[in-house]
Amino acid sequence: MNVHHPAPVRRSLGSQLVEALPAALRKLDPREVAASPVMLVVEIGAAATTVMSVLDPSTMAVGVTIWLWLTVLFGTLAEAVAEGRGKAQAASLRALQQETTARRVRGSSDQLRYTGNLAALQVDQVPSTSLRAGDVVVVEAGERIPGDGDVIEGVASVDESAVTGESAPVIRESGGDRSAVTGGTVVLSDRIVVRITSGPGQSFVDRMIALVEGSERQRTPNEIALNILLTALTAIFVVVVGTLYYYADYSGTNPSWVVLTALLVCLVPTTIGALLSAIGIAGMDRLVRRNVLAMSGRAVEAAGDVDVLLLDKTGTITYGNRQATELLRLDGVTLEELARAALLSSMADETPEGRSIVTLVRARYGGIDDSGSDRGALVPFSATTRMSGLDLPDRVIRKGAASAVAHWVHSTGVPAAETSGGELTVLVDGVSASGGTPLVVAEQVGSRPARVLGVIHLKDVVKEGIRERFDEMRTMGIRTVMITGDNAITARAIAEEAGVDDFLAEATPEDKMALIRREQTGGRLVAMCGDGTNDAPALAQADVGVAMNTGTMAAKEAGNMVDLDSDPTKLIDIVEIGKQLLITRGALTTFSIANDIAKYFAILPAMFVVAFPGLDVLDIMQLSSPESAILSAVVFNALVIVALIPLSLRGVRYQPSSAADLLRRNLLVYGVGGLISPFMGIKLLDLVISLIPGL
Amino acid sequence: MSSFAPALGQVAVLVLALAIAVPLLGRYLAHVYTSPKHLAVERASYRVLRVDPDADQHWRTYAMSVLGFSLMGVLLLFGLGRLQDHLPLSLGFPGLPSDGAWNTAVSFVTNTNWQWYSGEATTGHLMQMSGLTVQNFVSAGVGMAVAAAFARALSRNRQEGRIGNFWTDLVRTVLRVLLPISLVAAVVLVLLGVVQNFLEPVVVHTLTGGVQDITGGPVASQEAIKELGTNGGGFYNANSAHPFENPTPVSDIVEIFLLLVIPFAMAWAFGIIVGDRRQGGAILAVMAVLWGAAVGLLTWAEMAAPGTAPGLAGGAMEGKEVRFGEAASALFASSTTGTSTGAVNAMHDSLTAPGGGVALFNMMLGEVAPGGVGSGLYGMLMLAVVTVFLAGLMVGRTPEYLGKKIGQREISLVAFYVLTTPVLVLVGGAIGLTAADGLAGLLNSGPHGLSEGLYAVTSASNNNGSAFAGITSGTPFWNTLLGLCMLFGRFLPMVFVLALAGLFARSQKLPPSAGTLPTHRPLFVVLLSGVAVVVVGLTYVPVLVLGPIVESLS
Repeated sequence: MNVHHPAPVRRSLGSQLVEALPAALRKLDPREVAASPVMLVVEIGAAATTVMSVLDPSTMAVGVTIWLWLTVLFGTLAEAVAEGRGKAQAASLRALQQETTARRVRGSSDQLRYTGNLAALQVDQVPSTSLRAGDVVVVEAGERIPGDGDVIEGVASVDESAVTGESAPVIRESGGDRSAVTGGTVVLSDRIVVRITSGPGQSFVDRMIALVEGSERQRTPNEIALNILLTALTAIFVVVVGTLYYYADYSGTNPSWVVLTALLVCLVPTTIGALLSAIGIAGMDRLVRRNVLAMSGRAVEAAGDVDVLLLDKTGTITYGNRQATELLRLDGVTLEELARAALLSSMADETPEGRSIVTLVRARYGGIDDSGSDRGALVPFSATTRMSGLDLPDRVIRKGAASAVAHWVHSTGVPAAETSGGELTVLVDGVSASGGTPLVVAEQVGSRPARVLGVIHLKDVVKEGIRERFDEMRTMGIRTVMITGDNAITARAIAEEAGVDDFLAEATPEDKMALIRREQTGGRLVAMCGDGTNDAPALAQADVGVAMNTGTMAAKEAGNMVDLDSDPTKLIDIVEIGKQLLITRGALTTFSIANDIAKYFAILPAMFVVAFPGLDVLDIMQLSSPESAILSAVVFNALVIVALIPLSLRGVRYQPSSAADLLRRNLLVYGVGGLISPFMGIKLLDLVISLIPGL
Repeated sequence: MSSFAPALGQVAVLVLALAIAVPLLGRYLAHVYTSPKHLAVERASYRVLRVDPDADQHWRTYAMSVLGFSLMGVLLLFGLGRLQDHLPLSLGFPGLPSDGAWNTAVSFVTNTNWQWYSGEATTGHLMQMSGLTVQNFVSAGVGMAVAAAFARALSRNRQEGRIGNFWTDLVRTVLRVLLPISLVAAVVLVLLGVVQNFLEPVVVHTLTGGVQDITGGPVASQEAIKELGTNGGGFYNANSAHPFENPTPVSDIVEIFLLLVIPFAMAWAFGIIVGDRRQGGAILAVMAVLWGAAVGLLTWAEMAAPGTAPGLAGGAMEGKEVRFGEAASALFASSTTGTSTGAVNAMHDSLTAPGGGVALFNMMLGEVAPGGVGSGLYGMLMLAVVTVFLAGLMVGRTPEYLGKKIGQREISLVAFYVLTTPVLVLVGGAIGLTAADGLAGLLNSGPHGLSEGLYAVTSASNNNGSAFAGITSGTPFWNTLLGLCMLFGRFLPMVFVLALAGLFARSQKLPPSAGTLPTHRPLFVVLLSGVAVVVVGLTYVPVLVLGPIVESLS
């Protein structure tokens, strides 16, 4: 990841909590709490015990009341802290939205559709907020781009650091896949004409602000489903505790409603109920911190479910450019001759391939004499000759595609038979078959016929560590498919080297689309990333479509996520974040339910031991008094929420592994841990609480 | 009296017999529920019923068929009971009171077979044979049909909520499964000494000079389906403790075998229907673990005889038959409460306090260990969905079971299912223990009285039908309350199950991958068993504390 937003000052959780307190208090409004039925039950319980402890005050009633209110507050606090984390970022984004004056091109819609020399037309000075989709504006160096749009004329360098955090300016130009500009970014040089694509309030920055603030957060399908299950559990416990009064009444004992309310609150899954929305907000926030904007929480969840990853070869699996990896000489040529020719012809060659040849020769064939290259004239690569080279006073060196070089060699008077077939063909075919690109090197000394020296093996170099990541994906049950424009032979070789499960060679946008559809018909979820306008349909079709920020507006609109770093490898991170989000929910739910067992052991004996002394046996924690036992359980229940806020914000540790391993590990930590920890926690609290007079 | 060797021996024989029979019967059941061919006799019955046996019903149609068919059953039984004295073969018994007729009608249609009356002194042969015995077959058939439809739905892919044909499932269950097996079983039982006749009651003069009416009747034929269909309604009030119903330890083992074999085999059939035997194996394993635990605990409770009075007496033999002893009684008690049978060979009221608690908890599990024929399977599968939902999140994917995603709609139906029975039990029990009419029916007071009342509503709501004998439930109050518990406890869950089947049949079946939670491994078996026990435990522990737990500890 690059350097991004002014690194958020690491603040302690304590100060974050204090800062979020006012917002948390506002969230105590029952209408807001009602979003979580679990917490609504707690709040109603707190209100009820408040009334009861006023009518019939006792130390325990007051204690329970205070801690029930704290339980609700800790829940809203968790949500407020999670939301607070996005606030600072939102503020810096808001600065981008200050109103500016835009120069809107005056013209009929027909005129504007014509992409001629629009900059020459007359312009009106209008406030940026009055711009509508379809308007065309002119922006010059030093000016702020007044709204989202596509460049339709010109080329300019643009400072997008406010949005992406990337300080290096980027090039934006009309046509092609780098035409999208974001409102609020600044043009550094030249002049561009931009067609606005969004109205006020709907721009990319507007959506970013809404996302990072969590204000427009819609609950995701899985979160809703979990909420339903939690509500059902809560309903069961309401019935359990409500009817318990009558069973106790039959048994000749009457537990007070304060105690019953305390029992109810301890039993309903408050831990997960209080932290559920914080987990969701924090999940989105984790993406934002990695500079990925998810347009919906649904997409984040879908990322966890992805079965197939479509990855573009170039830039994702391999470094962007081919690199020289080997020199292959012909018989009768010394390696030194070949290396020298390769080096000399590449010294002044500024293409990445050329540089890689220099690097290779220097590293592998040290001590090659490179003197004299500065006396020559560089012959750049051209599409017609398909060769490049160097013309020295005493000799001419050429390197290029096998057929082009052969053609050149013939032209110097060598019969065709000497270059076709035989040794050279074997070398060339060998390189091609391994997925590489053969670059033939030939040399003509003086006016003698030219001779072929050998072959440079150029190959796509697979990124370091990518194979291991694909192995991880495989253990997670995710299939990786490499998409490339290369032919099948090259594609297969790279696919094998990178360790992807499958590849799509000579891929057209239609092929990509068909592949996605085919996987989806088989019931698999597909994730991909793309940047070009021709990627847009596939991005829209994919379950998780990550658009590169450098891409076109069409691609950004089609995808459901945008990566501000434009790093296609990040797709893998996104999948992991999605999984981590779901795991955090599941782990805390399990923890919450497992906690209940210990609470029964604390509260039930305390409630009935007076009427049935035999129940003393169940008091395995040996708590000091019934009142202290009940209060300890309530306090534990509340404190565990605070204790788990950091975990819910950070997410549980995620190690890519198979479902079976993940389950075993998480069950051990959160299931068994959730079973045992309250026994210890309640006992410790009891030791403290029993010191309070009146308990 | 107490000796562990015979106790282990009978369990070993039973387990061996089940191990042989369950896979065979399971394979046969899977064939019955998936074969496209109809038998000639079946085609004839479809013509009489005027149904198209090949119509693939939408879940709503399927559910309406279930409810309509059951409603007709209730009306018919109600009529038979009320008009008994005007019909032949009444043995001179009067018509049933309206609350009693309602209770009995609901009881037999819901596969509960709760009996508020003494069979031999209330119902004539016509009511027994054409009413109760018929329902013993078809109510079991309805349960198995629903379970089969659910399994089929899980095996389907995008089929617009169509889950099969109720009439085909029902007719096939009765004709191909229940009738043939109970025919053989009845003959075996007759050979073992169970009575089977149409005689008028025999009057005998006892040694002390008293006069007794000994009622015979078609006992063996009813006994077979009573166990096989996990019905439990005995011909005699004493049920399988009566020597005419269950004369010897051998017949006892045979009856236990009969009541366990179909529930376990349904789990095996499930694996075959969904195309992955391991899945059926895992479900079967969970059922076996829970059943085994109950048998172990109950046997321990009865044989170790904790409690003052049994300790003094040298054995917990009160309410048990000497010819069976504690171990066989415990085995029967845990099997009859683990299945939704409710037949008894000992009076559960007289089980030791912890033993009674185990029997109660077994029913509270929702009849899934291994449960009623059909209802055991779908009940366990609903718990599996809950488990998958919780555990599935922990592997970082939207939860899915057998390739079916568990989304909002699915989990809502499961939530309703999970809510239904606890609400019925807890609210019903609270009403029964609060109302004066309810209290009047209890024999005991204090914790044991609570157990009696709680046992009755638990038994009714879970469609078990066994009774904690102390309760006198033949009052309008209890008849009405328990009737409602049985009715809602049977059909509300069924509707939720069928609705979920509809969703599953409509949704896409996703292929499994290494990222999918495996639901056939031992870890899942442990997890599902744990979820069943913990969820049920959390729900019922407070009332159990006030009943059997307090009783055990004092």
